[in-house]
Amino acid sequence: MSLLEIKNLHISIGDKAIVKGFNLTIKPGEVHAIMGPNGTGKSTLAKAIAGHPSYTITGGDVILDGKSILAMQPDERARSGLFLAFQYPSEIPGVSIANFLRAAVQARMAEGEELDASGYYKKLYSKMDLLKIDRKFTSRAVNDGFSGGEKKRCEILQMAMLEPHFALMDETDSGLDIDALRIVADGVNTLRSGPLGILLITHYQRLLDYIVPDFVHVMYDGRIVKSGNKSLALELEAKGYDWVKQEFAAANA
Amino acid sequence: MKPITEIDGAPASASPVVGIDQTAGNFSYKVDYAFDAGTGLSEDTVRYISSVKKEAPWILEFRLKALKTFWDKPMPTHWATKDLENIDFQKIRYYLSQGQKPKRTWDEVPDDIKKTFERLGIPEQERKFLAGVEAQFDSEAAYSNIKDIVAKQGVIFVNSTEGLREHPEIFKKFFGKVIPTGDNKFSALNSAVFSGGSFIYVPPGVKVAQPLQAYFRINAENFGQFERTLIIADEGAEVVYMEGCTAPKFSTSTLHSAVVELVALKGAKIQYITVQNWANNVFNLVTKRGVAHEDAEIKWIDCNIGSRLTMKYPGVVLKGERARGEVLSIALANDGQHQDTGAKMVHAANNTTSNIIAKSISVGQGRSTYRGVVHIPKHLKGCKNNTECDALLINTNSRTDTYPAISVRGDRNATQHEASVSKVSEDMIFYMQSRGLTEAQAMSLAVNGFINDLARQFPMEYSVELKRLIDLEMEGSVG
Repeated sequence: MSLLEIKNLHISIGDKAIVKGFNLTIKPGEVHAIMGPNGTGKSTLAKAIAGHPSYTITGGDVILDGKSILAMQPDERARSGLFLAFQYPSEIPGVSIANFLRAAVQARMAEGEELDASGYYKKLYSKMDLLKIDRKFTSRAVNDGFSGGEKKRCEILQMAMLEPHFALMDETDSGLDIDALRIVADGVNTLRSGPLGILLITHYQRLLDYIVPDFVHVMYDGRIVKSGNKSLALELEAKGYDWVKQEFAAANA
Repeated sequence: MKPITEIDGAPASASPVVGIDQTAGNFSYKVDYAFDAGTGLSEDTVRYISSVKKEAPWILEFRLKALKTFWDKPMPTHWATKDLENIDFQKIRYYLSQGQKPKRTWDEVPDDIKKTFERLGIPEQERKFLAGVEAQFDSEAAYSNIKDIVAKQGVIFVNSTEGLREHPEIFKKFFGKVIPTGDNKFSALNSAVFSGGSFIYVPPGVKVAQPLQAYFRINAENFGQFERTLIIADEGAEVVYMEGCTAPKFSTSTLHSAVVELVALKGAKIQYITVQNWANNVFNLVTKRGVAHEDAEIKWIDCNIGSRLTMKYPGVVLKGERARGEVLSIALANDGQHQDTGAKMVHAANNTTSNIIAKSISVGQGRSTYRGVVHIPKHLKGCKNNTECDALLINTNSRTDTYPAISVRGDRNATQHEASVSKVSEDMIFYMQSRGLTEAQAMSLAVNGFINDLARQFPMEYSVELKRLIDLEMEGSVG
């Protein structure tokens, strides 16, 4: 069975410790929401697990399907079944979404194996139909001049095409108006019916009205300080993060 | 038959077109040359070359005069790179060949030379999509052939030696007229020691349906290749010419210094496509220019990948009304390479138009320089120029310089100039890697995206090959 285990993970940027002992295990089909105030290490966690070179893992381990991924390059981690949906996706001028995804699919094939172009397009179009994305979309250059909503749809389409085992979704709701948020959430909900495990990072509760998580974790000062189900998110919405901060301070006093 | 020894054999990959990928080009065979002008340059070198070619006295005289011009002219280091001073003209071999007459069939080409071109895939491409091929090995064409159907239209496609001997009346009329001997130090050197290159004449109204291709191969170490190409498209004629170049990687430097002259007479069209992939020890110093007469069109498509230093600024003199000139240029400078490229447009008649699109990519320590000249004098009207230069930097050490010189006089002409510099950032590479692409694949995708709008205008076979080349270069640039 596929499993993503994050064990006592410590992450630094330069000399500054950001994530300090994070623990979480995600099983297939589960959606875990990570909430917390700004600056508690949520995005750092996602990017470091995906292998961003600016972050240093100073302790702990990330184990995907029984194997530590920490020594792997970001592309090896991706090919092993990990996907990071970016908060701020990069623009790649001149490279169409169709060609970009084609290269990504080709990169997953064995050396010497040739991609079957018609099969590829058939799959791409079926995923686009599933996500209700217009056919014209994939002839545009990746994220080049896209609106916030288009960028996030582009992330969801990539996630659908690359069929990861686990997706780390970093602030997927940031910069989206309510219509765009609904469209993106519909996409995620369509994909979560399978064995996909999701780590959903969000600052606001409103995303969780559309993507209902199985578990909610509150992150503060680089680790999980509280876990619960959907109702925890509602409690946070009502009380704000100060409540968590106070509890945390009291526990550490 | 003489024994053939393979010196440096990289595995041959099956290159579909022109055989220009670096690994495919990096090999050389030991060849016994029947004609060798020795090492170093003097009047005797020039006399030797002229005598083995059994040239008419006026050509020898032309060469000797050019040699003097070459010695008299200083190195252009006051504006160009000081690296030019590292060329030692007395350590170069100026003429090497097995004979002066190219073969008409591959069967007749000596085995040791044929092997090289077969490995580069030339005979195969000829069968597939070319109207004619010339394959030059060091100083002379080893093979030259044109399809019957094209020859019957009166098209002449031979090397410069044959052109001078068999068609002196056409050759002499245009030779050295577009690029005079004294244009620059290297055009003078070429004029003194030139050998090989193509001579093409397309009769009035003839449109050559398939491209003609020349393939220039340097095999010997310490060698200088000085081909001379002259293409004349008579009134209303159309021709596409493609050239590909490779040389093995030697530790010593190699010099390639060609002169290419194009003449498009009234209403004619010439398209000249270069995809060069010289090894990184080659000094590639080439002068290319065309004259476009009334309603004529000259288009240079110039892809420079590889070499130690390339200096090349294809130009068009727009001599007749409504003539059009275009340069589409792509240069990729990797570690240890300097691509100093650009374009020249000289407007000399009313209502002439020119277009320059130059894209350069600098990787690591690689350096790209764009130099452009657009000249529209005051007395003309209705002239238009568009210039776009875009630079892409990969890794922080890359360097790029742009020197556009646009002189538009008078108020009845228009010009438009755009320049941009962009970078492939760490975040962009990480983004692509997080989708499963390796760092090298990510970089080549970024580069291909950067040149995409330009590469789309190239003939299909060339844009495919260009992409392959970029993939290979990027693979080598990731540490």
